[in-house]
Amino acid sequence: MKFGLVLEEMHRSENDLAHHLLTISERHKVDHEVYHLARDLARWSQQHVRDIAAMGKNYGLDLDPEPRDEMGLMETIREKGSEMVGRRPETGMLLLRDLRELYLKACGVSADWELLAQAAQGMKDKKLLGLAGKCHPQTIRQMKWANGKLKESATQVLVS
Amino acid sequence: MTRIDRIAEPWGTRTPYGSGGDWPVRVDTHLAEGVAPEDVDRWVQTASLLHSNGDAMDIAVKDNRIVGVRGRAVDRVNHGRLGPKDLYGWQANASPDRLTKPLVREGGKLVETDWDTAMQRVVDRSKALLAEQGPSAIGFYTTGQLFSEEYYTLGAIAHGGIGTNHVDGNTRLCTATAGEALKESFGCDGQPGSYTDVDHADVIALYGHNVAETQTVLWTRMLDRLAGPNPPKIICVDPRMTPVAKAATLHLAPRPGTNVALMNGILHEIISNGWVDHEYINAHTVGFAELEKEVKNYPPALVAEICGVPAELISEAASIIGHAERLLSTVLQGFYQSNQATAAAVQVNNVNIIRGMLGKPGCGILQMNGQPTAENTRECGADGDLAAFRNWSNDAHIKDLARVWNIDPMSIPHYSPPTHVMQMMRYAEDGSIRMLWVSGTNPAVSLPELARIRGILEQERLFLVVQDIFLSETAQLADVVLPAATWGEKTGTFTNVDRTVHLSEKAVDPPGEARPDLDIFIDYAHRMGLQDKDGQPLIKWNDSESAFEAWKECTRGRPCDYTGITYDKLRGGSGIQWPCNEENPDGTERIYADGKFWAHPEYCETYGRDLITGAPVDPSEYKALNPEGKAIIKAAEYMPPHELPSQDFPLQLITGRTLYQFHTRTKTGRAPELNAAAPDVWVELSADDAGAYGIAEGDLAEVATPRGSVRANVRISGIRNGVLFLPFHYGYWDTDGGHQPDGAGRAANELTITDWDAASKQPIFKTAAARVTRVSAGDGPSPAPTTTASAPVGGFPEGASTKGIPSALADEAPQIAGGAR
Repeated sequence: MKFGLVLEEMHRSENDLAHHLLTISERHKVDHEVYHLARDLARWSQQHVRDIAAMGKNYGLDLDPEPRDEMGLMETIREKGSEMVGRRPETGMLLLRDLRELYLKACGVSADWELLAQAAQGMKDKKLLGLAGKCHPQTIRQMKWANGKLKESATQVLVS
Repeated sequence: MTRIDRIAEPWGTRTPYGSGGDWPVRVDTHLAEGVAPEDVDRWVQTASLLHSNGDAMDIAVKDNRIVGVRGRAVDRVNHGRLGPKDLYGWQANASPDRLTKPLVREGGKLVETDWDTAMQRVVDRSKALLAEQGPSAIGFYTTGQLFSEEYYTLGAIAHGGIGTNHVDGNTRLCTATAGEALKESFGCDGQPGSYTDVDHADVIALYGHNVAETQTVLWTRMLDRLAGPNPPKIICVDPRMTPVAKAATLHLAPRPGTNVALMNGILHEIISNGWVDHEYINAHTVGFAELEKEVKNYPPALVAEICGVPAELISEAASIIGHAERLLSTVLQGFYQSNQATAAAVQVNNVNIIRGMLGKPGCGILQMNGQPTAENTRECGADGDLAAFRNWSNDAHIKDLARVWNIDPMSIPHYSPPTHVMQMMRYAEDGSIRMLWVSGTNPAVSLPELARIRGILEQERLFLVVQDIFLSETAQLADVVLPAATWGEKTGTFTNVDRTVHLSEKAVDPPGEARPDLDIFIDYAHRMGLQDKDGQPLIKWNDSESAFEAWKECTRGRPCDYTGITYDKLRGGSGIQWPCNEENPDGTERIYADGKFWAHPEYCETYGRDLITGAPVDPSEYKALNPEGKAIIKAAEYMPPHELPSQDFPLQLITGRTLYQFHTRTKTGRAPELNAAAPDVWVELSADDAGAYGIAEGDLAEVATPRGSVRANVRISGIRNGVLFLPFHYGYWDTDGGHQPDGAGRAANELTITDWDAASKQPIFKTAAARVTRVSAGDGPSPAPTTTASAPVGGFPEGASTKGIPSALADEAPQIAGGAR
């Protein structure tokens, strides 16, 4: 059964999404809504990582329950750097790039949850289906947030 | 007729009445020293501009000067009563330091000039920026204290003429959440309730709403109910021991930033005990199952831990609310300026919705406004909305607005919601907004994290235009200052929180060359050559009445329908509640009767937002959720505040208003009686915390957050342990610093965090981690009023309680018909 691979991929992609949200937060500290919201939304993915790791045990997988570290030295430097260059217009382009990447990552995770839910149905695993039912809507909200921010920011960045 | 000191007795004498009765009339009057009522040349009709209650009054004019005010007995809002700010605030109009000539910056200094020179500079810069960058370079930031006619004109100029999406009002700071919460639940702004609900309610629940200080006359109405037969039960949610808390049947003092958890706990109890109207829910709402599921996670024991409130009190509050027969719920800054503002305010709506308590006498929701014309900024499209509640993401609405203005729909920016002020500040910071026109407000004191705001406004590359009546902190930073006329010097209408429209007439001429805001905006439009698609001037009106007629036309068929109102109809009698049209010629007291809402996908003002992420809901999603336009029940999970206490900053700071001051004291600081009642900033802490830090009443203390510090004298009050309170009014215009601290900071916003509610975009002023340290002993009690939420606890010197200076005596005339012009 290839199902273990799906769960491992899910674990990896949620970890990656959480990390990307934290990176965006740090890199755009001067864009306060992005800074705060990205951190809030990272917590959802971090919880998903824990939940997936717990679920993995049922399938004989040993997944790390702890999400990747929040702030290393590089991130702190990035945060300071963000404050220093916050008055330069180029930061807008960087923001658009980061939001676009976030949107695509969240879309990917959303697709992964769909795969997982399909597998759960096939295996008649109610717990697994319940997990997808709990986490997937949050992934969609992350996706929509990225998309909304992208739309809101694009015009000002691109025409000014 | 009696004379009383209305500083010492802010709510005046009781006139008790019973459930369902008529609130007795009491006419309050305050005239200048030596002026008797018979000396007055004429009385000119208006309403209060210093808070949002909408108290109707007449201005006394003698020898072409304003010499006092009298409450209007015939008006539905106040039945003749006036609050302290109404009674004394008018004197600021005649201050000697009013701006009387335009100013322009020359060699770094502001110097007097003529209107032509000042306006030409604004127009030249506007045109240059439009040519070079386009409309995204220009932003407008207005107030909550202009008239509908002025907001509508500003909105038309900015959205329809310049084509910029950057338009907001300072109502963003106080009332954006009120509007957003109503939109989320009902698809449309506009209060379901009416002030007369106070006359009928058997339970009044006030959430983060210190009505005793923010709308003194509304509180007077509640006090009169409490003093009469069958008084209502009062539920108060507030971390401070406010006058409301003291009068309450039940007081909940949650930890700042935990309102959603508290509301979910209350809803948990209401739903699990079956105190809901299932028939109403089934017939008139969508989304109940989601709410049921979400609040299951919030049993009182858990909520008690999050909020620091005993579980029994949560259950008891839910029981009182759950057994109410006529429930009036009101909400203000304690929720709006706090963590998860919209989500919390929406849960209050949910309480009334699931109990079926809407559209009937006593069953209302008042998502309160902080400023007198807040509703108008929202209606007219000067506060991040489009005119007359049109939906920016509904193409048919844009097309219709373009028809009204006779322009191409593409000229109206609608690619995303209009930019809110905090985002405008960010764009000014990154250099993409290069001209900011601020009218009637003072961001250099009122926005969060002032050092940052000053840094943005001071930039050379930002062209700052300030239109005001005094040289405020913000005006001192401007490139061009335009002197404006104010209340009593110009004519226009405004609408209070229960949709009552009042006319405010010109009583006297403005000083010097000061001009009405409407004239300034129209002058700008003409000098800019703004045109419609037939080459006619975009702004086709030239005075307040013709502007009102244009605005009325824009509202036709929309929820805020003004088409049945005329200036003449507003003269002489009472204010009128919208919608007022052919169908409802006398206005409409309660909307949403019989479960009919304005939430249909084709009609609604917005498709809403995600309460946590703020992401707009897309049209197809909304249509699927709510095809028939029912009330929308939206659940939300609790998310902790973004800044929590730490070892360095172990306390939580909240900021707020005092009864005697308004906004940044531009007017109230210049009214002798009001200024003497609350002359300087103070900091409140609880007796336990004072003991722990070795601080006594009146000591000078320093309050610090990661962003700055403020020095203030300490008041030991009934505030919750672990929480500090600073009033937010005090800035620097009357200090040596001018526009910034000269030594120690004084403005509460030196300390507040740059963060806002994702849904309403309202800044969060009530959850910053802070510390307090004693600096030195004081030489007496702190300057905080003793009559209000800042009342002292414990030992307090006798004779130091707040009372008025001799001129504070005002007249009260119970039961005498008056208010005639």
